[in-house]
Amino acid sequence: MRKVKIYVTLRESVLDPQGSAVMGSLHKMGYGDVEDVRIGKYLELMISDDANDVDALVNEMCQKLLTNTVIEDYRFEIEEAVSQ
Amino acid sequence: MKFAVIVFPGSNCDLDMYHAVKDELGEEAEYVWHDSTDLSGYDGILLPGGFSYGDYLRCGAIAQSSPVMDEVKKAAEAGKPVLGICNGFQILTEAGLLPGILLRNKNLKFMCRTVGLKVENANTLFTNEYMAGQEIQIPIAHGEGNYYCDDATYDQLKNNNQIVFSYADDFNGSRNNIAGIVNERGNVLGMMPHPERAVSDLIGGSDGLSLFKSIVKQWREANVSHA
Repeated sequence: MRKVKIYVTLRESVLDPQGSAVMGSLHKMGYGDVEDVRIGKYLELMISDDANDVDALVNEMCQKLLTNTVIEDYRFEIEEAVSQ
Repeated sequence: MKFAVIVFPGSNCDLDMYHAVKDELGEEAEYVWHDSTDLSGYDGILLPGGFSYGDYLRCGAIAQSSPVMDEVKKAAEAGKPVLGICNGFQILTEAGLLPGILLRNKNLKFMCRTVGLKVENANTLFTNEYMAGQEIQIPIAHGEGNYYCDDATYDQLKNNNQIVFSYADDFNGSRNNIAGIVNERGNVLGMMPHPERAVSDLIGGSDGLSLFKSIVKQWREANVSHA
């Protein structure tokens, strides 16, 4: 089994009101050094050893469902998972 | 004219949509569950508002992969009117039937109120009963209605007259106050405001009724021959 770690981030051109709100809060708490906050998503997929081209498979799933490429970028890592 | 009201797990404006078409307009309407694989018997497809699949992942993202969406795409290709309201609009963008995407409102709040809408294009099958430039009052109820698209897409929407409704005032951050758009062919409309909630003065306004009347009028002109 392999563990796929997918990181989904908002594209640079897209405003992140949630990130702005969090930054405002951090500033109020005294963390004035924070210059920007962007909030993304993290997904973990466990993929069977039967799958051949995991790289292509994950790309396909990211493009079809897991991300919306109009506003999001993604990258992923594939790890060998230790079976329980 | 026979409408399909598509129901996803989490749809909650399906009854209003059905009521608008059946009771206010006097046309035929049926609820169609999201796992249906045949919409050939319907003349128009309605995607109601709500929170399909709890808005998990992204609004409309999971509904977009429902079996019925292949049929909605076929109906759109066949030129049938397809109307997505609120969550229905979000589903249409996720399905790629309309460009762009709906983001969180700029103030991060769920907003529920009646707003002024400007009819930007009265020359569509959804708006022929309105006048260009007319301002109508339609309720909104959304947390993710902030329309976003890139510059190239916006230029295309503008040049093809695909922007059908815009907000009189900016309250959610939508690009150029866009409230509703059609596809290039003009038979798929997505909009965040709820015309189905404005179909009778008894419930506070009837400005939305003309949208449904427009669809029926266009359909009758195309399909019903007068002897």
